[in-house]
Amino acid sequence: MPILSKSAKILIAAAVALSAGSAVVVAQDAIAERKAAMKSVGGAMRTLVGFARGQADYDAAAALAAFTTMNEVSQRYGGLFPEGSETGGDTKAAPAIWSDRAGFDAEVAKFQTNTAAAIAAAPADVDAFRAVFGPIGASCGSCHEKYQLSN
Amino acid sequence: MKRLALAFVFLAFAGAAFFWVLTSPNSVPTERMAAISAHAPDVTNGENVFWLAGCASCHSVQGSSGDARLELVGGYQLKSDFGTFVAPNISMHPEDGIGAWSIEDFAGSIIAGVSPEGRHYYPAYPYGSFARMTDGDVADLWAFWQTLPAVATPTDQPETELGFPFNIRRGVGLWKLAFFNDKPFVDPATLPNDPVVARGQYLTEGMGHCGECHTSRNLAGAIRADVWLAGAPNPSGQGRIPNITPHADGIESWTEDDIAFSLESGFTPSFDSFGGTMASVAKNYANVSAQDREAIAAYLKIVTPIEDQR
Repeated sequence: MPILSKSAKILIAAAVALSAGSAVVVAQDAIAERKAAMKSVGGAMRTLVGFARGQADYDAAAALAAFTTMNEVSQRYGGLFPEGSETGGDTKAAPAIWSDRAGFDAEVAKFQTNTAAAIAAAPADVDAFRAVFGPIGASCGSCHEKYQLSN
Repeated sequence: MKRLALAFVFLAFAGAAFFWVLTSPNSVPTERMAAISAHAPDVTNGENVFWLAGCASCHSVQGSSGDARLELVGGYQLKSDFGTFVAPNISMHPEDGIGAWSIEDFAGSIIAGVSPEGRHYYPAYPYGSFARMTDGDVADLWAFWQTLPAVATPTDQPETELGFPFNIRRGVGLWKLAFFNDKPFVDPATLPNDPVVARGQYLTEGMGHCGECHTSRNLAGAIRADVWLAGAPNPSGQGRIPNITPHADGIESWTEDDIAFSLESGFTPSFDSFGGTMASVAKNYANVSAQDREAIAAYLKIVTPIEDQR
């Protein structure tokens, strides 16, 4: 008498296959989700760069909304790189995210801190805005230099 | 039989001597060296050249910013099919760096790829592009170099490790014979007669050494002029280097302002931030004059559009 019946074995095999499959789905979801998240940061950046370059009149409410979008993304961004989502979906995530997680987390934390500081400052004019905007732009570059591939 | 052996030995020696003569390192011709030494240095221009040439990207500590980018301690590891090149200390440290060099040593290094001891440098150091620099820009860069700090090399800094036969430095002489020259990659006769474009060509093909990463190479590791700037595999194996010709696969949709702004800020027109080594390049180009960023943009909009090679 086998310990497991044939049908139990089939059930287990199916469950294993399903969970492996769902791990792939989770990874693909994470890649799609982090891409969408970064796209919304890019949209916010477009608004802010327009103010910084004087291409649009400074709008304090719009700047605050953009900072808020960025900060909201920064809060959940670290969770969007689970094990298993290293490749696929044309991801530009660098392997260093997984080999140097602490360094990556520190960069995400910098992004959180800088955007939170900008929200707290709620800059009323463009000069005050530039002071809080500079560090945010720099934190995009310093993270992407190490943790995004160059393509 | 003895005669045959003697003839063989003779041929072997003759072959070795021929290789030796063929591959002997030549520094900058005397006349040109005199012109470089005689140039009245302009430190401000030298700093602009320093950032255009991107020295800090390989020779300062990876991920550094601000004044730390002026500490040229080396250590960056450039992985390639030939092995791993480690950027040396080129700070003003008299022993660990190049603080004891003369302007002749410096010029020989940067435009001839020859060390003060008369040895070839590997072309991972992009002197193959720097060879196009003017006498004045070389001299000004050296003048700016005098203002940079001396930094000692950390004891645990790795060293270059190459596989055979690439570890035979003399062999670089053959590479130079075949591929090393200071001719333009794009025939200037095919470009509009515009001083801004001409400046952009000088910067992009020379000190900017953009083609070193953005252009595919042949099997011998030489830049392929027929697919100039159309993208390439990343030598480090991670990711790809984008096509920056005005092709749909490249940056056709970018305006000149988009290109110049991306070099200054590191942001693409879709407000993605440059990744990898290009993020470091943008940190250099933030310090470059606005006219020079615009000149590079004007040139990039005018080179031949070529489909993706990466």
